[in-house]
Amino acid sequence: MSTSIALHAGSLERAETASTREPAWAKVVLISVALSFFAVFLLLPLGTVFAEALRKGWGAYLEALVNRDAWDAIRLTLITAAIAVPLNLVFGVAAAWSIAKFEFRGKRLLITFIDLPFSVSPVISGLIYVLLFGAQGWFGPWLQEHDIQIIFAVPGIVLATIFVTFPFVARELIPLMEAQGSEEEEAAVVLGASGWQVFWHITLPNIKWGLLYGVILCNARAMGEFGAVSVVSGHIRGQTNTMPLYVEILYNEYNYAAAFAVASLLALLAIVTLALKTLVERQTRRQLQEIAATSESET
Amino acid sequence: MKLKSLLAGLLAGALLAGSAVAADVSLLNVSYDPTREFYKEFDDAFAKHWKAKAGDTAIIRQSHGGSGKQARAVIEGLQADVVTLALAYDIDAIADAGLIPSEWQKRLPHNSSPYTSTIVFLVRKGNPKGIRDWNDLVKSGVSIVTPNPKTSGGARWNYLAAWAYALEQPGGNEGKAKEFVGQLYRNVKVLDSGARGSTTTFVERGIGDVLLAWENEAYLSLKEAGADKLEIVTPSLSILAEPPVTIIDRVVDKRGTRKVGQAYLEYLYSPEGQELAARHFYRPTDAQVAAKYSKQFVKTRLITVEKVFGGWRNAQKVHFSDGGIFDQIFVPGGKR
Repeated sequence: MSTSIALHAGSLERAETASTREPAWAKVVLISVALSFFAVFLLLPLGTVFAEALRKGWGAYLEALVNRDAWDAIRLTLITAAIAVPLNLVFGVAAAWSIAKFEFRGKRLLITFIDLPFSVSPVISGLIYVLLFGAQGWFGPWLQEHDIQIIFAVPGIVLATIFVTFPFVARELIPLMEAQGSEEEEAAVVLGASGWQVFWHITLPNIKWGLLYGVILCNARAMGEFGAVSVVSGHIRGQTNTMPLYVEILYNEYNYAAAFAVASLLALLAIVTLALKTLVERQTRRQLQEIAATSESET
Repeated sequence: MKLKSLLAGLLAGALLAGSAVAADVSLLNVSYDPTREFYKEFDDAFAKHWKAKAGDTAIIRQSHGGSGKQARAVIEGLQADVVTLALAYDIDAIADAGLIPSEWQKRLPHNSSPYTSTIVFLVRKGNPKGIRDWNDLVKSGVSIVTPNPKTSGGARWNYLAAWAYALEQPGGNEGKAKEFVGQLYRNVKVLDSGARGSTTTFVERGIGDVLLAWENEAYLSLKEAGADKLEIVTPSLSILAEPPVTIIDRVVDKRGTRKVGQAYLEYLYSPEGQELAARHFYRPTDAQVAAKYSKQFVKTRLITVEKVFGGWRNAQKVHFSDGGIFDQIFVPGGKR
């Protein structure tokens, strides 16, 4: 455990000394480049979203959001996230646990595969489910016989969302748990704790901020995913449109103000995510510092 | 924890607000891109009609996209009770998958096409590039916006109209037509997947000198963007586009919606349905309604796919199948 903290603290120190050693002009140039990129590629589009959304005034803005189709889209997005995020939370903890605490055959392979959804284009992520569960797909005939609709219905959207958000929690936890090692758990077991007791009282408190961080990122992506969901959605108004798809439909129907109004909700989600992320990061750092302080006083 | 309760509250609120409304009967109409506004109005009209006639509340849901893409989705299991697509071949593909009988097109009048349309040019106000006819499109420096014929129905009509024009020119033959259409596609700047995407590219994003568009889509753009920004140019020759409709037997028999689905399509042929179509700039097939709106549609010579290309199946095979002529002439990026 102490090695990871030392590393962490070391990297912070190094960052500070390196930047102060540069000549002043380099500092100015670098900062202005970073800031202008930030302004042009992030701030400007974000501002546009809100400006366009409010172009026809607050009345039109609110009208676009209380519209029935908009509600259906928001509801579907929330339902999808409510299913996908907990499932990926369970999977992420299980995967990180097994990778960090056990040695087994195929461990490297599992780590590689967890990253797969990051490297695959979202369109492919959607298409694989069409190929599996579509009427012409592998399980298509069986599903039709039993009258089960997966593609072009909510289950397909949830599946595609789970696929694309699969790595977030696991990716966040694996390095954390690997760094923490299993000494504390071993001590607990020696003292007679049951498996669940170890998990609730030792492991979970140790990883909670990392876990929350992963969940926040996972949720943001689950609500914002467009490509994979677009492929499996069927685009039925009021039924299989998530918020990002609904934005596209509104835009295609010349409802620009309404499109940007719904888009602004997604942008707000991004901002809230960012704020939460910063908060959690601060907590994580504080936690690490506390541990560092206690371990230093012990030695 | 605060965040958790907030999220839970949001979720609960959303679930309550969107709780299901009891519906007697629901229909899913899977349609192509530019029909959005028309079917929005038509669905309301039909719901009223069905309430009065059968006493049932009909909820009609819409799905829109490029015609080929939509047909693909229906084949893959999108539960469409009715499809209203851009061209017969896309519905033929559904028939080939076994969802409807192969002679589907004989089930309703006018080749199952309740309304027709054609392809026109939409240009910037004042027509700065002087585009009057198809041969102006292949000039260098003209940039064209049209959707991808592989996924869009309208784009296939565009392509075939251009081909037919080239055939009609003095000394025209297949080889020259191929050269002409190839030249035309080298001037294409943006190739969207559906007609509506192309329209927004041209109208909203201001890209390109000319949009090859459905007549109805061009008039709608004029209405939405304002006649002070755009102009419609009708070429000397265009194509009679017949967007057909059918019920999907496999789905309506499973869902028990055959009767209402059939009524929905027949209502398209009624004077009310025809009137609505005309108001959305589709050419009505009903003689009376057509006469009433005749001033709205310019007269130009319209060729048919049957006469020039020997039907849609043939046209599809020769031009748009993998390795077909479109694949041979279109090089992404507009370069050779």
